[in-house]
Amino acid sequence: MSLKYEDVVAKYEPVMGLEVHVELNTNSKMFCGCATVFGAEPNTQTCPVCLGLPGSLPVVNEKAIESAIKIGLALNCKVAPFSRFARKNYFYPDMPKNYQTSQYDEPICFDGFLDVEIDTEEGAKTFRIEIERVHMEEDTGKSLHMGGATGRIHGADYSLLDYNRAGIPLIEIVTKIIPGTGKYGPEVAKAYVAELRDILRSIGVSDVKMEQGSLRCDANVSLRLIGADTLGTRSESKNVNSLRSVERAIRGEMIRHAELLNAGQKVKQETRHFQEDTGLTRSGRSKEEAEDYRYFQDPDLVPVAPSAEWVEELRKSLPEKPSAHRKRLQEAWSVPDKEMAAMINADLLGTVEATVNLGADPTKARGWWLGEISRIANEKEVAVEELSIAPIDVAEIIELINKGELTDKLARQVVDGVINGEGSPAEVIAKRGFKVVSDDGALLSAIEKVCAAMPDVAEKVRGGHLPAAGALIGAVMKETKGQADAAKVRELLLGHLGQA
Amino acid sequence: MIRKNASEMAAALAAKEISSVELVNAHYERIAEVDGQVKAFLHLDKEGALAQAKSVDDARAKGETLPPLAGVPVALKDIFTQKGVPTTAGSKILEGWRPPYDATVTANLKKNGLVILGKTNMDEFAMGSSTENSAYHPTHNPWDLTRIPGGSGGGSSASLAAFEAPLALGTDTGGSIRQPAAVTGTVGVKPTYGAVSRYGMIAFSSSLDQGGPCARTVLDAALLHEAIAGHDVKDSTSISAPTPKVVEAAKRADVKGLKIGVIKELQGDGYQKGVLNRFNESIELLSSLGAEIVEVSCPSFEYALAAYYLIAPSECSSNLARFDAMRYGMRVGEGDAESVMNATREAGFGREVKRRIILGTYALSSGYYDAYYGSAQKVRTLIMQDYAKAFAGVDVLVSPTAPTTAFKIGEKSNDPLAMYLNDVATIPVNLAGICGMSLPSGLADEDNLPTGFQIMAPAMEDQRLYNVGAALEAALLSKWGAPLLSKAPVLGGAK
Amino acid sequence: MSSLTRAEVAKLAKLARIELTDSEMDALSSEFAVILGAVDRIQGAPLADVQPTSHPLPINNVTRPDVVIPSLTPDEALSGAPAQEEQRFRVPQILGEE
Repeated sequence: MSLKYEDVVAKYEPVMGLEVHVELNTNSKMFCGCATVFGAEPNTQTCPVCLGLPGSLPVVNEKAIESAIKIGLALNCKVAPFSRFARKNYFYPDMPKNYQTSQYDEPICFDGFLDVEIDTEEGAKTFRIEIERVHMEEDTGKSLHMGGATGRIHGADYSLLDYNRAGIPLIEIVTKIIPGTGKYGPEVAKAYVAELRDILRSIGVSDVKMEQGSLRCDANVSLRLIGADTLGTRSESKNVNSLRSVERAIRGEMIRHAELLNAGQKVKQETRHFQEDTGLTRSGRSKEEAEDYRYFQDPDLVPVAPSAEWVEELRKSLPEKPSAHRKRLQEAWSVPDKEMAAMINADLLGTVEATVNLGADPTKARGWWLGEISRIANEKEVAVEELSIAPIDVAEIIELINKGELTDKLARQVVDGVINGEGSPAEVIAKRGFKVVSDDGALLSAIEKVCAAMPDVAEKVRGGHLPAAGALIGAVMKETKGQADAAKVRELLLGHLGQA
Repeated sequence: MIRKNASEMAAALAAKEISSVELVNAHYERIAEVDGQVKAFLHLDKEGALAQAKSVDDARAKGETLPPLAGVPVALKDIFTQKGVPTTAGSKILEGWRPPYDATVTANLKKNGLVILGKTNMDEFAMGSSTENSAYHPTHNPWDLTRIPGGSGGGSSASLAAFEAPLALGTDTGGSIRQPAAVTGTVGVKPTYGAVSRYGMIAFSSSLDQGGPCARTVLDAALLHEAIAGHDVKDSTSISAPTPKVVEAAKRADVKGLKIGVIKELQGDGYQKGVLNRFNESIELLSSLGAEIVEVSCPSFEYALAAYYLIAPSECSSNLARFDAMRYGMRVGEGDAESVMNATREAGFGREVKRRIILGTYALSSGYYDAYYGSAQKVRTLIMQDYAKAFAGVDVLVSPTAPTTAFKIGEKSNDPLAMYLNDVATIPVNLAGICGMSLPSGLADEDNLPTGFQIMAPAMEDQRLYNVGAALEAALLSKWGAPLLSKAPVLGGAK
Repeated sequence: MSSLTRAEVAKLAKLARIELTDSEMDALSSEFAVILGAVDRIQGAPLADVQPTSHPLPINNVTRPDVVIPSLTPDEALSGAPAQEEQRFRVPQILGEE
């Protein structure tokens, strides 16, 4: 019997803070020359440095610094003329040195902002998210938890560690607290992560694949009574690894906090883990005391002091901002505001654009992605991006329809086939035996057959009574098992009956 | 031949008077003879050494041009990784670990045709001044087997003094090359920070650690220095400028017209009388050779020891966190990962290491950072300023290397503070990142044990150490009539 | 003069992941009284307006190009592992965050 979201936001407003970790798409790791290929065999991309072997030393990847600066610039940050790496000391088996090389009080970029637009009841509204800092650090290894029933850490008998991911460059982007979003909080958070992802993709620094963990979000939320100045106690939700989850996690935490507060209880300051399946967060293992990370400057690394000239050069190299890019697309495609918003909200703009870039008509591409394909995703309760259909498939389908080789009805079945993993549209067509009968000979013989079977009707048409053609067309379609293009049939039929 | 200097061995090898295999075997014989008493080595790699010696001999037989020290044996402090050869840093926690890679220093030795005899004993993770903190066994000073050979690099210094090796590698975080050299009557150099790559040198205190040469003469040290130093892309803190011409400087050995500053704060109370006597005689010798002697003051040195015992433990508490039983080394204990880590680190680390880890953990912890680590870093600035001022007026600075001669094994092992005081004269050099050398200045009157003379020069002016050191060495040699080590007791059998 | 209580030593030992014995904690607690007494001299140094030095080298911007170099083989990487399974490091159960 949980509280309704409407009731939560009638009384409270959220104050959020978002920490996003981005894995850079560099060829080599942050501090060593090991490759960074996703999904490689375990422990094949490791060396003395990223395994933390005694005696090994880090050397910074210059591309990682360049990427960090680009990210900072794209987020309107200041670039520090002098910044350093620090060690964050804590023990964890997936961290080979038992300290993470990170940045502490001297991040490479700081004080920026990102504007995000969401569709509200009062129309489109822009929220400014202030960025506290952008800093460089390194990723940890991956553990497999073995034994026990669940494959989870709890109840596991032992763990197996793969350090391929250890040392992959990470950029952490931390917002300042985000007040004033009211009931739109969860949506604003989602829009922020989406916008951030689009920016990171546009500047080419990361694969930004949330499902592969190359973009990860931790969301801090607290509630306060509307109008209050003080901040409530926050909880931090980790493991929020899809755009949909960002919104769900924050909404869920707002409801959970409100229930506690309404019952006169206190919210515990803690780290919680978002569960993709339930949409709820679960309390992590509570630590007896706050970790003391004993940060200090890493004596194995020297300061990063980018020259003003270099920073300017990087600033000039930045591509068009996604917001400007969107405006340009909207004009080029002549899409109404509402449709544009729908596309952005569904996070399908990039997908539609990719489809258009493959030659599809913008309106048709939009229609497929936001129509049939979104409907299937909804039905399956997954995000569109999780469906195994790509812009190239949709572009191909649209092309086939244009060529008259598919009817709309058949095309829907082809989409279904592609999503079911039956292969590319061409393969689905072949496997399912769909073939639009576009061969004039085959159609004409069907037409002749139908006219012969229904001579009265044929005569009416021949006599100029065109509405009668409908019955004949229907019969031809039936004869060709729906695989003919109705327009084509009509054209041939009328020709056959001297009415073209 | 084993009692010759490395430069003489190199000449004999070049003249094909002896082969590297013969020379290496002669050293292994010597080791077999005396190391039971001295205990300088933790591990011998005869097979690898003889293979390397043979390849040098073969190359020479073919008439190839070889580096100056090709075929000369060397002893490697067990803190440097050597691929496939046990490397423990004197700790139980790494017992049996065979690194899959060579330290840059190790690679440079191999590249220069030096033959690595084995790994020498040391205080665990280089923490100590006596080599008593080795998890395996103490090393004995060849001058008096009941005494310490200095530390942390006591294995390296003792191997030189016992003629088990003509050259050795050390590392110096607060004096671990220079103080052992002083108490064993040998030469040791801590190069400028960043001159010798730290890659593959197991870290104790990263901002202070520096590898360097140990030898029986200044020229030998210079030859080894040039073999191991140079820019390394694997070490971000490596200096990219060319290595100073230290061999040339050691051959020049001319102090005429140089200004030499005697540091007022590094003498007096706490310094053994015999140590000071030998120091002052050396000063007089340098003066007689044409150097101008002036007294300089470095008032901040008073705080150097305190700063060092905050910075080094702080950095080591982080550097040694990786020894956690997960990926390599010892694993003991039952239960979950954390329990196994706790139990392994308890069993695998010795007392001094644990003491410093706890101290460093404290100094970095929130609420204490500013008062301890932060203040220590400021003291570092003051010490650098003192040196800068002093070097504005003089070419080199000098002091005794260690306040006393070698003490008895066990004498200070229960008094950490007394132990730390051994490093009082060597530590400022590390804090400032400059270079320093210790060379023998004679035997103390009280106990007939070696005393050390320390020379300090600004960063990347290492050649000044070798020039002044070689001049003093030559003057002392002509005064004594024979090298100091010829006065050491004869070890082993009837030889 | 600073010193550390036995409880403080225990807390630090936990942070440093060292399971000290009771007698070690007692010993350290009393040794720290002496050692901290000595290092506390630093508080008397004239440190006002002094910039800290974290590193003796005045160099910046040491980087490497983003180029892949060969890794260790998995056998080499795992050569020191106290336990291994499926080409991974096998470690005892990890109690902690998921």
